[in-house]
Amino acid sequence: MQAQTRKVILQVDHLKQYFPVKTNSLFKPKNYVKAVDDVSFKLYEGETLSIVGESGCGKSTTGRAILRLDEPTSGKVHYSGKNILELNKRDMRKLRGDLQVIFQDPFASLNPRQTVKQILNEAMAIQEVVPKKERLERLLELLSYVGLPPESLSRYPHEFSGGQRQRIGIARALAVDPRLIICDEAVSALDVSIQAQILNLLKKLQRQFGLTFLFISHDLSVVRHISDRVMVMYLGKVVEIAEKKSLFDQSFHPYTQALLSSIPVPNPKLNRDRVILKGDIPSPIDPPKGCRFHTRCPFVMDRCKTEEPELREVKANHFVSCHLV
Amino acid sequence: MYDSDKPVLEVKGLKTHLTTKNGVSKAVDGIDFSLHKGETLGIVGESGCGKSMTSLSILRLIPSPPGKIVDGSILFKGKNIVEMSEDQLRKIRGNEISMIFQEPMTSLNPVIPVGEQIAEALRLHQKLGKKDAWQNSIEMLKLVGIPSPEKRAKQEPFQLSGGMRQRVMIAMALACRPEVLIADEPTTALDVTIQAQILELIKKLQAKIGMGVIMITHDLGVVAETCDKVAVMYAGNIVEHAPTEQLFSDPKHPYTKGLLNSLPRIYEDQDELATIEGNVPSPYHLPEGCRFASRCAHREAICDRKLPELIEQSDGVKVRCWMYTDQWALHEEKEEVL
Amino acid sequence: MMMFILRRIFQTIPVMIGVTFVVFFIMQLVPGDPAVLLAGEGASKETIEGIREQLGLNQPLYVQYTDYLMNIFRGDLGVSLKNSQPVLDEILVRLPITIELAFFSILITIVLGMAAGIISAIKPYSLTDVSVMLIALLGISLPSFWFGLMLMYLFSVKLQILPVAGWDSILHIILPAVTLGAGGAAIVARMTRSSMLEVIRQDYIRTARSKGLRETVIIYKHALRNALIPVITVVGLQFGALLGGTVLVESIFAINGLGRMIVDAIRMRDLPIVQGGVLCASLIFVIVNLFVDIFYRFFNKRIELN
Repeated sequence: MQAQTRKVILQVDHLKQYFPVKTNSLFKPKNYVKAVDDVSFKLYEGETLSIVGESGCGKSTTGRAILRLDEPTSGKVHYSGKNILELNKRDMRKLRGDLQVIFQDPFASLNPRQTVKQILNEAMAIQEVVPKKERLERLLELLSYVGLPPESLSRYPHEFSGGQRQRIGIARALAVDPRLIICDEAVSALDVSIQAQILNLLKKLQRQFGLTFLFISHDLSVVRHISDRVMVMYLGKVVEIAEKKSLFDQSFHPYTQALLSSIPVPNPKLNRDRVILKGDIPSPIDPPKGCRFHTRCPFVMDRCKTEEPELREVKANHFVSCHLV
Repeated sequence: MYDSDKPVLEVKGLKTHLTTKNGVSKAVDGIDFSLHKGETLGIVGESGCGKSMTSLSILRLIPSPPGKIVDGSILFKGKNIVEMSEDQLRKIRGNEISMIFQEPMTSLNPVIPVGEQIAEALRLHQKLGKKDAWQNSIEMLKLVGIPSPEKRAKQEPFQLSGGMRQRVMIAMALACRPEVLIADEPTTALDVTIQAQILELIKKLQAKIGMGVIMITHDLGVVAETCDKVAVMYAGNIVEHAPTEQLFSDPKHPYTKGLLNSLPRIYEDQDELATIEGNVPSPYHLPEGCRFASRCAHREAICDRKLPELIEQSDGVKVRCWMYTDQWALHEEKEEVL
Repeated sequence: MMMFILRRIFQTIPVMIGVTFVVFFIMQLVPGDPAVLLAGEGASKETIEGIREQLGLNQPLYVQYTDYLMNIFRGDLGVSLKNSQPVLDEILVRLPITIELAFFSILITIVLGMAAGIISAIKPYSLTDVSVMLIALLGISLPSFWFGLMLMYLFSVKLQILPVAGWDSILHIILPAVTLGAGGAAIVARMTRSSMLEVIRQDYIRTARSKGLRETVIIYKHALRNALIPVITVVGLQFGALLGGTVLVESIFAINGLGRMIVDAIRMRDLPIVQGGVLCASLIFVIVNLFVDIFYRFFNKRIELN
């Protein structure tokens, strides 16, 4: 519908990220953690696509692979007509001005020995987006965007609270005029009242600068709040991808359903029929054959154990990979 | 001597302070609550509000130095834990009151088989022999839903997943059928589908064993799903204490309201989240008046002058806010006259 | 586990070959020509040449090295230049003495070091802790030759309760073993203390407390096993230092061990003995390290998975 007319900013095709695992034997074949296993999706200009899933589902690995923070095993990532994965170092560095990332732990991703001014200046210098003379002006502008007082410039990261540090991280990402920001669990470490501030800020900045967000999170409530579309992953595979409304109104994949019903809801009067999954998430080193979810699926059929389901469109712009639908 | 209608645990005026080189941090600064058997009390608040310190104080597990219980009493079946000798205290720990912690990864001893970690409490408190204790610990592992418990009992924690480790923690805590279980953020480190399993398990075992549960959490969703009553903490104080349904349907304290409004909802769309501006005051430099005043939309002169008491309202909800006192009405009238 | 041990044993082979390489070529750098030394002063050029030819010293270095290596595999470490005895025989006589000395020294290092470390860690910053750590600091700082002489002066000369030197009875072992083990004990004590203090802060110690266990059970059952994991590595490293130390201690206490043999041989430019001795000491060190690794692995099974 609407989405099809919109411009694709990033297209990921058959992305795979395998990490070798050390084996104890000299003779056994090498094992791999199939962290991301054949993932494809499109990201439209100006939207927020969320990737949601539990630990080991590959959501963060996908984000890192797109940015080539880890070199992916195979696949293509097209950004403005070019395959990012084939770019040489120089072109890639240029491109990093367009693609920015905000991490979960703002403290770990900020150099403790640099002042805010140095942190932001460094970001601008690498991309050479702002002439030196105008930098101070630009710095103050950036701080005002993220709601930090001008005197923050001469202070060090440890002097700020968690929420404020995340604001610095956002300012750093904004410093180079990016088009796409990958938010990797960007609000997960924050208290709810602070989390709300940061979420509002991200939304405001998106409107202001026409940013595109790839929002990686394990928290479905946050995802619902911020996203336009949602992609659910399980053990390195996409299980469902849809417009937010479509997904939250009627999800098709049993895993998405279970995920939604597992979330504790702050409403004691709400009576839900909960699906509580049995068992643990299997190891991504040796994922189940067939549908990867079949070991925990309440509706498992014989077919699921042998045959891997394809991602199919069940409704307009709503894709599900499950034999049931 | 001990009346079963009475609360099994009663905390009165508890103050736990930490003395460091930066001064005195009033981490827990005058807390009152009570817990009956079979009941679940939630203690909820954001980081640094003192909820974990409160939970550790109950079994006197606060690292000392720097921590110290400076005032108040903790009555367990009428006996004051604060004044007990180490020997008396040890008989209660892990036997009548036990705890589970946030990090199942680090809360189990990495070099001791999990079965032994459960069995040692049984040998100590229930005076079981080696064999019986081991058998019993396997039973406990079965009870908490660990598959092939005989095999698992011999394994060390690194061989188990996060969810299973938390199950082991629960088995360990409940092995001696305690009367009170303190669960300090028991599911924070776990994935949502595993969290749902663990919360379900705690509820199931509570129904079976009948212990009172204190659920320490930052997650209002967890509170709504597991607790009978809730205490909301802010900067070392309880600011609101209410039955769970009432807290969510009719929150009174401005902080509680702010907290609830700032939550993104899974079943509704919101354009913008309400936020609480500003930051929590440092526990080293607490203001004289209401600790929330600097972030409160209803702030008046009186709020900065004096810390309000936790006062019970006509509907049974207790709230620590000048708006719910007689002084507030007087104050308003004065404003009108002026 | 078996796989690990086998692989670990395989890994020692290149290490040992490397050792022979280093030993051989370092000896080439030692000033002084063994042939001249052997022939004695005033020997004719022809005699020296003859000795050279006889010992293969006129061959190119790489030929000498391969010959040397092949001989080692045959168990032939050459003959002493001094008395023409096979080097291996000489080593076999001296080695047990050094091993005995090293064994008792490391025992002192472990037992004394760990005990002191635990005592300190139980009550950190107490008077006991401060005194123990002060003694440990002294133990690290005092040079062993001086310490050995002082012990000798006190216990043998003044108090006359222990023999001065030699290697006949268990009483003879005490002073040299203490001299040799003291420094290591001090290091192990400090390491045990800091490791214990680190472990005591861990969440699982809090869990153990919440179970109502006695403090002694918490220390010895829950804390110590975890605290010892890094200490094992330090003990392994200490063993290397200890082997070096035997050279000094054997000389001070006049013990005819491997260390003293090497020192004497160096003085005599008796190359084959020096080479054989160093090779033997290296082999012991490699074997000890092998055991430390296996032991460490056993204590800390988690590393198998990561």
